[in-house]
Amino acid sequence: MKKIGFIIVCLSGALLLYATQDFPRWGDPNSPASTHVSPRYIQKTLEETDVPNAVTSILADYRGYDTMFETTVIFAAGMSCLILLRVFKRKDEDRYYRHISTGITLHVKGEKTIPDRSKEFERIDTMWTPYDLIIKTVSRFLVPFIQIFALYVLAHGHESPGGGFQGGVIFGASLIIMAIAFDLRTAMRRFKEKIDGLFSALGVFIYAGLGALCLLLGGNFLDYKELATIFPFDPIEARAYGILGVEIGVFIAVMAVMVCIYVNIASEGRLDEGL
Amino acid sequence: MEALIHHIVGKYNYWLYIILMMIGLYAMIAKNNLIKKLVGMNIFQTAIILFYVSIGCKKGATIPILEEHGAHMGAHTIKVADYINPLPHVLMLTAIVVSVSTFGVALALAVKIYQKYKTLEEDEILMRLREK
Amino acid sequence: MSQHYPVLLVTVPLLSAFIISGLSWVKKSLCFPVALLALGTSVFCAISLLFRVLDLGIVEYHMGGWMPPWGIAYRVDLLNALVLVVVSSVAFLNLFATHKSVQRDFPEKMGIFYVLYVLFVTGLMGITVTGDVFNLYVLLEIASLTAYALIALGQPDSAPLASLNYVFIGTIGACFYLLGIGYLYIMTGSLNMADIASLLPPIYHSKAVLVAFIFCMVGVCIKMAFFPLHVWLPNAYTFAPNPASSVIAPLMTKVMVYVMIRLVFSVFLPDFSFHVLHIDHAIVWLSCLAIVMGSLLALNQKNIKRMLTYIIVSEIGYMVGGFWLGNRLGMSGAILHILNDAIMTLCLFLAVGNIAYKIRGLDFVHLKGLFRKMPITMAAFVAAGLSVIGVPPTCGFFSKWYLISGAIQAGQYGFMVALLFSSLVNVVLFFRIIEIAYFEPMETHHRVVAMRDVMEEAPLTMLVPLLIVAVSLVAVGIYSGNIVTHIILPVLPKGIG
Repeated sequence: MKKIGFIIVCLSGALLLYATQDFPRWGDPNSPASTHVSPRYIQKTLEETDVPNAVTSILADYRGYDTMFETTVIFAAGMSCLILLRVFKRKDEDRYYRHISTGITLHVKGEKTIPDRSKEFERIDTMWTPYDLIIKTVSRFLVPFIQIFALYVLAHGHESPGGGFQGGVIFGASLIIMAIAFDLRTAMRRFKEKIDGLFSALGVFIYAGLGALCLLLGGNFLDYKELATIFPFDPIEARAYGILGVEIGVFIAVMAVMVCIYVNIASEGRLDEGL
Repeated sequence: MEALIHHIVGKYNYWLYIILMMIGLYAMIAKNNLIKKLVGMNIFQTAIILFYVSIGCKKGATIPILEEHGAHMGAHTIKVADYINPLPHVLMLTAIVVSVSTFGVALALAVKIYQKYKTLEEDEILMRLREK
Repeated sequence: MSQHYPVLLVTVPLLSAFIISGLSWVKKSLCFPVALLALGTSVFCAISLLFRVLDLGIVEYHMGGWMPPWGIAYRVDLLNALVLVVVSSVAFLNLFATHKSVQRDFPEKMGIFYVLYVLFVTGLMGITVTGDVFNLYVLLEIASLTAYALIALGQPDSAPLASLNYVFIGTIGACFYLLGIGYLYIMTGSLNMADIASLLPPIYHSKAVLVAFIFCMVGVCIKMAFFPLHVWLPNAYTFAPNPASSVIAPLMTKVMVYVMIRLVFSVFLPDFSFHVLHIDHAIVWLSCLAIVMGSLLALNQKNIKRMLTYIIVSEIGYMVGGFWLGNRLGMSGAILHILNDAIMTLCLFLAVGNIAYKIRGLDFVHLKGLFRKMPITMAAFVAAGLSVIGVPPTCGFFSKWYLISGAIQAGQYGFMVALLFSSLVNVVLFFRIIEIAYFEPMETHHRVVAMRDVMEEAPLTMLVPLLIVAVSLVAVGIYSGNIVTHIILPVLPKGIG
């Protein structure tokens, strides 16, 4: 297998490198890629969409249809992890509990369990590591600031690099920090699985729904200027607000799916312990 | 020889990224451990992303966020050669998301395989399949 | 509203996928009706779009109101519309037929299964209707990702590994396609198919366009399982659960053949592919090899589902070889064969699904005497087998006729010999099954313990779609002449002989 792999790799690499002879020089401002389609994006983004960030306006307006399907890809990945790994029926499992006052560890087998909210016993993971006070406290302080930063990145996607995807991943990371610093059950208590599933569908539904709304109002799919008929904007501002609306949808979807993928892979579908 | 040096120096970014792509492709095909194959897949896709992003670069230009002096003053104050090409960046945002999604699904599959076979080496798994 | 059909047939299933996902957490029993309604709307839109294109010629739709090449545009001509009708109807019939099977195999994950199913069909329909090369890549990834997940839901000891192998090889294919369109973007600066086609002629002889063509074609060939890049297909389709394999097997590879045809017709024009590059002879010889190897490997199998997957490999050889013959007869045969092969494969896999619903195993030893137990299913299976062999008046005969005529006209006698050889091998394959099912005494260790001669047929919701598909095999065959003259021949570009 290694020899076949080496031959395939050398052949493909040689073909690709052979073709670079015809490429324009790196950084050439007169290359076809820089002069054919892009100049209109850069010149007209402010006057047609009122959004100074050309990348955001292309992503969510000119080529917004692609972005909708990209959000669907990440939704499909979340659903795939869920359907592949999630086990709903519990079989006989071993659970470990720690008596808080004395520190004795109990190993409970079979169907009998101690309730999670008991004051004297706490559930610990099978591969138990001692809890670190510094990590717990620092992450508890940091999580709200991370979330506000994520919302800032979302809202400022118009003027600075940012947008829905970036903000959504940062927000999802803040929830994953809770799962790593404390344990998975604490994070799941704050962000239940049903809410997670509903949010991931809701986010992409907002995106596609906004496009369908534009269709119902008379324009083509995802033609944001039709939104000016029901909201009090003028057509150019309506594009900027349409872009903001779809970015919010993308944010919610990406946040929920990041948490869903992490939780399912880390706990192998059982959603009770892991990392 | 002169022309070859000229080609390499003028387009060294493409050469670098193609070599990186080939390293990733080799890892995907030739390695035995499933996680190493996944890492190769990630390297391959990341190299393609870098390749595309380097297409949009222009010498001496800045990021494509227009400064807002007099937003509606018209296109003649905006010089296209001052801003890099934003289209490859947009395409690669999509490609990054696709790469992450594929990686997530592949990891879920690797977890399922591990649950069943308790190993991640492909030749051991194939041996156990043949024994059945 | 009728001008929005191109976008409705993709976005209605998309929106319904999210509704089904929400419903699966709240009220599971509504998931199936919503999916059925969404795919039914798509079938309606696809058929109406076909009639609209027959009236108006090419239908274009601009997303977001932006003109191409600055925005994404949909461009529907007769080839698109035909493949759309095929994809949406196959998916709709299969959804209806496999509901009982899904209910039995995945009781608590039924909602998410339907989400992935509807997203898979959305991805395939989006690939077919788009006019933008990068949009095609994104939708290809949606279809592939959901297919990976659906395939991995089979038996826990073999399906995840088969799916992971498919992940690796499929990702290489998609990334090669992405590299190819990246090279095209560097040379032309555009992502719209019609725009690239107008910008390419001055640079036909450049090395980058040649390499772009090679990489796009190799990527598409990996995804359509053209021999020798087919290694992922038998394992992935055999170990997939039956409700999933009967939608993925008829559709995925055929839509990839459509992508190859679309790339040659509308991006790299036939002028470039046939007259500047001289690879058509080589590709026809490769497809002869694909047909022969597919048939020989199918002879070797002991499991009926695995045998059918190797038949798919040789059918892909028919389509690719027929297309690259380069004349009108060959190309018409290839495009007609997309339609016919989808119907035949659906019929075969639905019949196998019915058998698996009632019988525990799918090896030949489990099929003994099955005719007495499941006569209607076996009759449909025999009808599909006759179509694969190429017996008139089933549809398989007509597409083989066009392919053989095209081969004779182009002087590619090797291709004609391969086609006849594979028909003979198919006769052996299917008559072997007919002999086992009809003439051997019935096995006693079937899952459902029944008396010797009692008929224990699959439930009605699984039989009715199977019968509809079997009847349409003959109906499409009888109407083949009309289909070719009105729909397929106008699509072929002017320069083909």
